[in-house]
Amino acid sequence: MSYGVRLRVWGDRACFSRPEMKVERVSYDVVTPSAARGILEAVHWKPAIRWVVDRIHVLAPIRFETIRRNEVGNKIPAGNIKKARKAGSTSGLHHYVNQDRQQRAATILRHVDYVVEAHFELTEQAGAEDTEGKHLDIFNRRAAKGQCFHTPYLGNREFPAAFEGLAGGTTPPEPAPELLGEQDLGWMLHDFAFSDGRCKDIQPRFFRAQMVDGVIEVPEPDSEEVKG
Amino acid sequence: MPPIENRYEFVYLFEVTNGNPNGDPDAGNMPRLDPETNQGLVTDVSLKRKVRNYVQLEKGFHPPHDIYMQEHAVLNQKHQQAYQALEIEPDSKNKALPKDAAKARELTQWMCRNFYDIRTFGAVMTTEINCGQVRGPVQMAFAQSVDPIVPLEISITRTSVTNEKDAERKDREMGRKHVVPYGLYRAHGFISAKLAEQTGFDDDDLSLFWRALIQMFEHDHSAARGEMNARKLIAFKHNSPLGSAPAHKLFDAVTVERTGAVQAPPRDFSDYVVHIDRGGIQDGVEVIEHL
Repeated sequence: MSYGVRLRVWGDRACFSRPEMKVERVSYDVVTPSAARGILEAVHWKPAIRWVVDRIHVLAPIRFETIRRNEVGNKIPAGNIKKARKAGSTSGLHHYVNQDRQQRAATILRHVDYVVEAHFELTEQAGAEDTEGKHLDIFNRRAAKGQCFHTPYLGNREFPAAFEGLAGGTTPPEPAPELLGEQDLGWMLHDFAFSDGRCKDIQPRFFRAQMVDGVIEVPEPDSEEVKG
Repeated sequence: MPPIENRYEFVYLFEVTNGNPNGDPDAGNMPRLDPETNQGLVTDVSLKRKVRNYVQLEKGFHPPHDIYMQEHAVLNQKHQQAYQALEIEPDSKNKALPKDAAKARELTQWMCRNFYDIRTFGAVMTTEINCGQVRGPVQMAFAQSVDPIVPLEISITRTSVTNEKDAERKDREMGRKHVVPYGLYRAHGFISAKLAEQTGFDDDDLSLFWRALIQMFEHDHSAARGEMNARKLIAFKHNSPLGSAPAHKLFDAVTVERTGAVQAPPRDFSDYVVHIDRGGIQDGVEVIEHL
């Protein structure tokens, strides 16, 4: 176990889509470990390290809202790009949004506020110069100064996250009173397992999220509690 | 030109007078509302659409400023028809997708070089490989009105009818318009220098983006929109690619307050005063007022 970090993230809106309801998106009740990892990676990440989320503190009451938007239905086929590249022309590559429109509702979270506790592990790609202290310092320095690789977001990019490093020793803020007690949040996405470290063969893995007084203990990725 | 080397955030203020800035398909095209506070909303995608339309107007579908996500455009459809007439058949059966990452990256890079919107906002490309997905450097959040808005439903009439059957029993039809009498909306945006590096978003692209934000409503007039205007565009330029201050603190430095009698509903931009607390802005961040 390496040194831990704690990052407070908050925002007006968030959508951590449930995979079983992603046409008309419905958010999980809280941030998933996977989304939390993405937020940490937006602040600092190198191939030499792997973030592991240990704990999620939920500070704000869980509230939902729906919004319906016009979205496009399809992605760009690679074959068309290849052809256009060969022809040296962009004609025929355009996507007419009015002809490929889907109206989709999203049930999103409002006014979220979390503290993410995490640590990182060195990967096989770590070189001699990749010490744990170095990456920890970079992360903490960036978190303190508000620096980031790109603005972290709460599930979707239109929901930016504000963030702030929590200095070691300080206790995370108290959760909203209604979060006290035990709550079973059901099966939730833990993260994706990238078997060979690349984009091939990506497996979603799930865990049973239990929230006790606003705190969710996230099991280790390779533990018994995480099932594929 | 090399990609931009500074991180930016921006606060963008725009107003609507007697118009509907962004209809809600869930509510019969009423202006979007935050149900908790009654503040008006305009989605990020709505604003991005207008940026694309402006770039389309200024640059006219030519690489490197071509637009991938186009609205229905007759002119271009003709181009496409010509293209299809010359080519044999869009190869639907030959679904050979690049397996290796280098080839996929080449395709992605080519798309970034030619299409302004992909370079700016990113795009999900290719259907079977992950590598064809680019995140653009420019990220926008929902715009929200400074004060609660009260949408009005206005009934209008038309002095003709749709079909002959209707003509037998009536000689006019009624319709509805939803308008916001006045709303000043505030949007926040983020520009990541590191993601710009990946798509090649450069300083020219950035000035075009600012121009688009300032002018896009001038070229988006319609019966539904009423009068919409960009009012303020305040950019925060960090002196480093990663940034020198937390974004939320910079946004906090820009306050929009009511002038005069706060009880009266706002009806004009002069009912507001925009203040930038320059003292509260961290070292290493330059404030640029584009508008």
